[in-house]
Amino acid sequence: MTGTEKRDQGRSGYLIGLKWLIAAIAVGSSWSVLADWSALNMTQGVTEISREVYDLHMLIFGICVLIGVIVFGIMIWSMLVHRKSLGHEPATFSHSTKLEYAWTIIPIFILIGMAVPATSTLRDMYDSSNADIDIEVRGYQWKWQYTYLNDDPAQEVKFMSSLLTPPDEFYNRAPKREHYLSDVDNPLVIPINKRVRFLITSNDVIHSWWVPDFAVKKDAIPGFVHESWAVVEEPGIYRGKCTELCGKDHGFMPIVVKAVEQDEYENWLAMKQQEAKDVYETVGKTWSMAELMETGETVYAQHCQTCHQANGQGIPPAFPSLVGQGMAIGDLDAHVDIVVNGKAGSAMQAFAAQLNPAEIAAVVTYERNAWGNDVGDLVQPREVNALIVAKE
Amino acid sequence: MSAVIENHHDDHHHGPDKGLMRWVLTTNHKDIGTLYLWFSFAMFLVGGCMALVIRAELFQPGLQLVVPEFFNQMTTMHGLIMVFGAVMPAFVGLANWLVPMMIGAPDMALPRMNNYSFWILPFAFGMLLSTLFMEGGAPNFGWTFYAPLSTEYAPPSVTFFIFAVHLMGISSIMGSINVVVTILNLRAPGMRLMDMPLFVWTWLITAYLLIAVMPVLAGVVTMMLMDIHFGTAFFNAGGGGDPVLFQHVFWFFGHPEVYIMILPAFGVVSAIIPTFARKKLFGYDSMVYATASIAFLSFIVWAHHMFTVGMPIAGELYFMYATMLIAVPTGVKVFNWVATMWQGSMTFETPMLFAIAFVILFTIGGLSGLMLAIVPADFQYHDTYFVVAHFHYVLVPGSIFSIMAAAYYWLPKWTGNMYDETLGKTHFWLSFVGVNVTFFPQHFIGLAGMPRRYPDYALQFADWNMVSSVGAFIFGFSQLLFLFIVIKCVMGGKKATDEVWDGAEGLEWTIASPAPYHTFSTPPALPERATA
Repeated sequence: MTGTEKRDQGRSGYLIGLKWLIAAIAVGSSWSVLADWSALNMTQGVTEISREVYDLHMLIFGICVLIGVIVFGIMIWSMLVHRKSLGHEPATFSHSTKLEYAWTIIPIFILIGMAVPATSTLRDMYDSSNADIDIEVRGYQWKWQYTYLNDDPAQEVKFMSSLLTPPDEFYNRAPKREHYLSDVDNPLVIPINKRVRFLITSNDVIHSWWVPDFAVKKDAIPGFVHESWAVVEEPGIYRGKCTELCGKDHGFMPIVVKAVEQDEYENWLAMKQQEAKDVYETVGKTWSMAELMETGETVYAQHCQTCHQANGQGIPPAFPSLVGQGMAIGDLDAHVDIVVNGKAGSAMQAFAAQLNPAEIAAVVTYERNAWGNDVGDLVQPREVNALIVAKE
Repeated sequence: MSAVIENHHDDHHHGPDKGLMRWVLTTNHKDIGTLYLWFSFAMFLVGGCMALVIRAELFQPGLQLVVPEFFNQMTTMHGLIMVFGAVMPAFVGLANWLVPMMIGAPDMALPRMNNYSFWILPFAFGMLLSTLFMEGGAPNFGWTFYAPLSTEYAPPSVTFFIFAVHLMGISSIMGSINVVVTILNLRAPGMRLMDMPLFVWTWLITAYLLIAVMPVLAGVVTMMLMDIHFGTAFFNAGGGGDPVLFQHVFWFFGHPEVYIMILPAFGVVSAIIPTFARKKLFGYDSMVYATASIAFLSFIVWAHHMFTVGMPIAGELYFMYATMLIAVPTGVKVFNWVATMWQGSMTFETPMLFAIAFVILFTIGGLSGLMLAIVPADFQYHDTYFVVAHFHYVLVPGSIFSIMAAAYYWLPKWTGNMYDETLGKTHFWLSFVGVNVTFFPQHFIGLAGMPRRYPDYALQFADWNMVSSVGAFIFGFSQLLFLFIVIKCVMGGKKATDEVWDGAEGLEWTIASPAPYHTFSTPPALPERATA
């Protein structure tokens, strides 16, 4: 009888016993024959926490399967045997206080059996103290910005990370690469065996930063900074996704984290710090029209094209056209201003946070002189920089 | 049961009007029930077409049919239409038809208001659907419309969406007040609350849930309206507001809302299983208490939809424990249905098939819900296809199967004709296979890491997405067969007896088939008391 079986389980109550039972079911069933397990189940990941989460998942899953097998087994038995067509006469019982108590109380013990390990895992996950490295993760429509926080602002490495897959692949004009929609231009780089704390926030709408292999998923919410952390044990490339609907390109802002050995990480960081310094210097020099146009085209393709389109025509009314109208052929200062500061109440972002002054100067110049706009004027990076500094 | 004598001569004085105005002006609970059911079926097809657009796009990786902007409009409108246009009005339609007949009342207590609450709906949904043709497109921020995506970053049509939601809310509140008043005042003399059929009980509790939470929904969309047009900053962090506040208010409505869509289903299944098992419902009292407990718990678990928003650990733990508790009364219900079947004398007509599939597949959805309650694991499940699989298991083979079961079960009473049993069973098996092929693989896709609301996906998710899309088309097109079966049954067929099913109990089976335009003009004498 089910009642007794369940009661025995509830009494023995030890998770180890249950885990054995689950393992037995898993091995005994047909799942083990299925070749590609990873296409069917949660990843075990590469952190202690992610493995705890996986074990917890398998534990609850096993309990659920067990309950399902018992309940559906009884139903199916009943359907096969207690049929009118077999001449089975209906019984007349319609109540049993004992049974009602049993199937109210036994589930409570099963639930406690699940809640205990869940609580302990959650406490571990929430303890984000004693971080070795702090990285700010900031969501944008539709890319991520990573900032390696440093007490000295000159040493602060900050970069955008956006989708590398070209549109030709999603519009089926080119064969799809192995990491279709899962590769980015600048991955986040972290050292292994260090406690890395992620400080997650957003610049516009709500995003959510999820790396399954770390069991880290936290919403990036404007006006809030939330913490999460990971100690990655194996070097490798770990891929994640945005998991909160954030508009048009929600599906096109993947996350790539590269975990490397400590010395490789240090080399990389030194290189990035040098790059930051170089940018500072380029902003100071005087650029030619050709240089600005060339850089501008690249910047436009990376940052502007998803909304304003490759031909500058946009998708009105949300994303206005830049060709032969408005800002792009109007007042130069206003044009620089909207790129630097964005436009409140629209999807136009303040790009001062994402692009360096040289890039802003280049893209503004490009927009004024591409697609037959031919305004003919240009703006120097140092002028853009002056504007940003004045604002700060 | 044969003790009840019908007052047939009333019909001669108060038959239905002729033509279109019968339906526009009707205050008859049966007519209004019919209107609700047809309306909800129309919306089911509209929302279903949107689902098929989604599944067709996801058939393989790449952007084949629609652009991401339109894909987001489809996911949003599919959710809104199915929740507010298909499932909820269908249950209101069933309540209209059945509650007065089950409690021996002549009509709903507030017939004129009943007419209004239906006729608001076509306008509400007309307005909502019209946004598809507006500049900037329809709402594209998901049916949960999280701010600030639905405020600062929304298309201009959001204002029409807000007004449409207000109208739906008004309709639901009026409808539920009507149900409460009818049940509390118009029961046949001698029918105690604990004598009521479970469908009436579940609807009474559902109606209270609706009255409690629809104003909360109205409140949250009004706050959005203020943010968008009148310069407030409830949800704008830049203005000192809080985007997470939106989610708390929304889910304070949203969680009871999901039980609004399942409690009446419990009532339907509790009517059908005893009939075809030819055995009384097991544990009637505990069924009532379990329903009430689920309704109560639904108010105190809302933030389990928001485990990743960064609540403090005390909040996460509280919402995890409270959510897990729901498994207890839900389990009681499932065990009671199984115990009702046990040692019965079962036959498997179409309503019974849908009801049994409901119990099994709803339980699968309930078990995955239990998994989702476990916070650390939820961090991996949250906003992936695992969640999509979960809530479709409780809503499609849950709510919608129960509505279909109800339609087959009571159609002979409504039309006076038996539906075509062979076609009905065909419809069942196509739906059953279709639903499982569609939604079961979505568990895998989600666990493997595909987020929901993605118009395109990485290559490792391709196989199961294709399977899921095939299932969706099987399920979608089988509903045309359902339409055909219902029309065929309305047009004619084998005449139904008054009792229709040989094991059926309840006052609705004591009146003629088809049910006369006016029933119980004088209160019926109750059959022997339904106590054990």
